[in-house]
Amino acid sequence: MELTATTTIRKPAPEVYAFWRDLENLPTFMAHLEEVRATGDRTSHWSAAAPFGTSVAWDAEIIEEVPADKIAWRSTGDADVPNAGTVRFVPAPDGVSTEVHVVLVYEIPGGAVGKAVAKYFGEEPHQQLDDDLRRLKQVLETGEVVRSDGAPWGKRARKEFPQRPAQPLSDAELEKGADA
Amino acid sequence: MRANTWAGRNKVEVRDVPDPRILNNRDAIVRITSTAICGSDLHLVDGYVPTMQNGDILGHEFMGEVIEVGSGVPADKLRVGDRVVVPFPIACGACAACAAELYSCCENTNPNAVIAEKMFGHPVAGIFGYSHLTGGFAGGQAQYARVPFADVGPLRIESDLTDEQVLFLSDILPTGYMGAEMCDIQPSDVVAVWGAGPVGQFAMDSARVLGAAKVIAIDKEPYRLRMAEQAGHIPVNFDEVDVRSMLLELTGGRGPDKCIDAVGLEADHGSAHIAAYDRVKQAVRSETERPHALRQAILSCRSGGVVSVIGVYGGLLDKFPAGAWMNRSLTLRTGQCHVQRYMEPLLGRIERGEIDPTRIITHTLPLDEAERGFEIFKNKQDDCEKVVLKP
Repeated sequence: MELTATTTIRKPAPEVYAFWRDLENLPTFMAHLEEVRATGDRTSHWSAAAPFGTSVAWDAEIIEEVPADKIAWRSTGDADVPNAGTVRFVPAPDGVSTEVHVVLVYEIPGGAVGKAVAKYFGEEPHQQLDDDLRRLKQVLETGEVVRSDGAPWGKRARKEFPQRPAQPLSDAELEKGADA
Repeated sequence: MRANTWAGRNKVEVRDVPDPRILNNRDAIVRITSTAICGSDLHLVDGYVPTMQNGDILGHEFMGEVIEVGSGVPADKLRVGDRVVVPFPIACGACAACAAELYSCCENTNPNAVIAEKMFGHPVAGIFGYSHLTGGFAGGQAQYARVPFADVGPLRIESDLTDEQVLFLSDILPTGYMGAEMCDIQPSDVVAVWGAGPVGQFAMDSARVLGAAKVIAIDKEPYRLRMAEQAGHIPVNFDEVDVRSMLLELTGGRGPDKCIDAVGLEADHGSAHIAAYDRVKQAVRSETERPHALRQAILSCRSGGVVSVIGVYGGLLDKFPAGAWMNRSLTLRTGQCHVQRYMEPLLGRIERGEIDPTRIITHTLPLDEAERGFEIFKNKQDDCEKVVLKP
């Protein structure tokens, strides 16, 4: 399965590139990621949220990097869902902004894992990546993922339909947090 | 706290709900001193805007005192104790739309952008108390509200103007003003305004302030037309006269140079068969609007004129007079108001006495009587033009 998405961020390409190149930033806006930990200059360890199954984790390596321009990576070893990604940073015509173009490729296996992945992405798999890039834009342009009363848990917003009503959270809801 | 909530179609209910908390670090919490019921709240309550949920706090016109600010709000922008008017569109101030002062199209403030994108092609800004399509933000018909991007939106009021003088900077005064500004008014212009509700009244006052030669008010409620007439505008009652003939009469056959639709998607109609057509289409949801005012504005406007739309539309409409629009070189301009762009200049106009926003207030009620406020405003009882609620 190949997913593509793009957004324009009102920040210069070197800044957007630098944020992405620090792979540990990815979980702040990519809904399915729980943690990315750098294990070397080009190697990292990724873990993904429950819908992929229980504690899915894999190693990845950066296979190409051109500062302010491009990053490509792929999973290594025997990942449950072998995957690879490329992101390109293209200066926008306005002279201030950067177009971010992302391609993700997943090799979806058979069996239970494959079914879980398919279910996670649903009928509109590209939507997930569109939402991820919307949050990337929020983080880079405004400092954080925007929360509302209807969708108070940031990157989990998409799982919250139908949403809670647009009224403040109770103490109990706040305490339980996103996993309530 | 107490808050007025949506409780299903045609029903609002004041309930006890939790107090708001800071969720993002550029939030502020405002203790609300005055809030108002807007004509667009009626579209939500009437069920014409999708994605409302039982319990949603309504209200997008409010002001009050800052009682808490998040760690990301610089002290030179906003402090505890400041008295502020809050603009209804939530805007980040950093995206390309905000940089172009198109605040109601902010690219970052709607967590439900995906829904808005499906309906409108591209997403729109978050709005307080205005459905989940515009973000699912709790509204301001309440004792307190959480205000995101508090360093961008709220306007500090440092003079001793009353709440009633500045409250409408939150929406309807800038909305009416933008309607007139989009008309690019020249000193010789006759401006016709469909709808003598609060936004229409302010569009008329703004057209006058911007130098129009003559301003015409079109409505069917005698008390609303009287209000417009008392402010110096020319009333036309579409229940009593044929609007087209009267507009031709008032303009020597030219038609108004500039036309403003301050009605939107629930227009009433003088002509029964077309009204019935639109009502049926709207009822079965094959058309979401009853766009009579817009059609009449387009057909009435003089060739080469401007039709400015500030009445709210949410979906699709039928029988759009594209032929008149195209063949007669009309310009159609519109937008949800970019309130942040207009607050300061309009505050100046209020301070100088050029515009008196208080002239439209007919009712002031405690927040707990919001249900009655909606009732009389919707049914135009007791000559109701504008309801202010006091939490």
